[in-house]
Amino acid sequence: MAAEASLSKDEILRYSRHLIMPEVGMEGQLKLKAAKVLLVGTGGLGAPMALYLTAAGVGTIGLVDFDVVDYTNLQRQVIHGTSDVGRPKIDSAIDSMREINPFVNVIRHEVALTSENAMDLVKDYDLVADGTDNFPTRYLVNDVCVLLNKPNVYGSIFRFEGQATIFAAEGGPCYRCLYPEPPPPGLVPSCAEGGVLGILPGVIGLIQATEVVKLILGKGETLVGRLMLYDALNMKFRELKLRKSAECPICGPDRTINELIDYHQFCGVPQHAAPEPETGVTENEIEVTALKARFDRGEKVNLIDVRELHEFQICRIPGSTLIPLGELPKRLNELNVADEVVVHCKSGMRSAKAADLLRQSGFKRVQNVKGGILAWSDKVDPSVPKY
Amino acid sequence: MPKILIPTPLRQFVDKKDTVDVAGASVGEVLSALTTQYPDLRKNLYSDEGKLRSFVNVYVNDEDIRYLAKDKTEVKDSDTISIVPSIAGGGR
Repeated sequence: MAAEASLSKDEILRYSRHLIMPEVGMEGQLKLKAAKVLLVGTGGLGAPMALYLTAAGVGTIGLVDFDVVDYTNLQRQVIHGTSDVGRPKIDSAIDSMREINPFVNVIRHEVALTSENAMDLVKDYDLVADGTDNFPTRYLVNDVCVLLNKPNVYGSIFRFEGQATIFAAEGGPCYRCLYPEPPPPGLVPSCAEGGVLGILPGVIGLIQATEVVKLILGKGETLVGRLMLYDALNMKFRELKLRKSAECPICGPDRTINELIDYHQFCGVPQHAAPEPETGVTENEIEVTALKARFDRGEKVNLIDVRELHEFQICRIPGSTLIPLGELPKRLNELNVADEVVVHCKSGMRSAKAADLLRQSGFKRVQNVKGGILAWSDKVDPSVPKY
Repeated sequence: MPKILIPTPLRQFVDKKDTVDVAGASVGEVLSALTTQYPDLRKNLYSDEGKLRSFVNVYVNDEDIRYLAKDKTEVKDSDTISIVPSIAGGGR
């Protein structure tokens, strides 16, 4: 890459707190200006990375995102504001970045990163920072970076816990050295299912941003070969040693992966995992409107809410009894096998498991409320808050 | 007894604890005792063939047991064993 020859007078003033430190200085600031960084995702991790790397003067920042700002994003995705809800995240992010630093060239890639476009998209950048939210994309980003020799500054989060490291740097391990395979779908919940402390991605995203800047400057000791673990609840940082695996299928000596693969298949996730859009109900399901009609007729319905207590405290369907899914096996004695049991949860997934469990335990008449309390809020009682 | 640090996604299988103390002289013995005490954890840590699943790594202090003696890695009472599964969340 050809470094820009100099900084303008305005840029010198803007970056003065960098320029007066010998570790950055004019030489470092020019390296930052010449650098091209690709941020995959502008969500919880991508937001702080984009804001701070822009402010720091990274000359070219590419953004990959095709999502739209949702109200539930605002708790942590600080690059987007309340008035951005409904806008493409990439537009909202670029507005914030331009406002912070108009000297930065922001390149928009409003696409999903796929095996088809990833090589082309990544090849013009110096390094990649991974702020994605799912295993197929994590493995895709890793493999592209290994194949193209680009460092992958990695961060991931769950509830109160975060991980950060650098993969695919010269001589360092890759994601597959650490985890040859992803967990089976459903075992490790996503942030949408498991929740996440809003501040956590700020901490992890800024660890990533710090490593991006250090890689560009060529200064300090980077996280290559170290996995940083952060526990916000106990405020503890730990680090584990990472090694390049001799058996790694993509960066080991006996490489078996030479090109990008089908990552959805690899991770066992159907490409379009959206809930089936069909409108009918199966014989074991009941629509919320039908449930409401039964209440209105004065029928006694044995409605069991299998969500967790903290969810029950957010909202509930009147007349329901709370038995969290995890406690159900031990609490079957509270129910009568001969009775009809109607189960519900937030969206119908957990209660489907509960219904299976009840049937296996001998209950003959079990119905699952289709769409859960979210559907109840949509179709029966809008005063019930959604979460 | 060696201390085992349980990561957030697996706490649901160990009565929501974040650490469990289990007796044992090797990683294999400690994990075996742990999964005997918490059978639900077993299928999440081991495949049907009894192999540690490849999205879970086990560390004694800061070393990956794959680069030590694997299951046979010796542990002392003062050691900390970490179970570290892959997590993918990015806060979308």
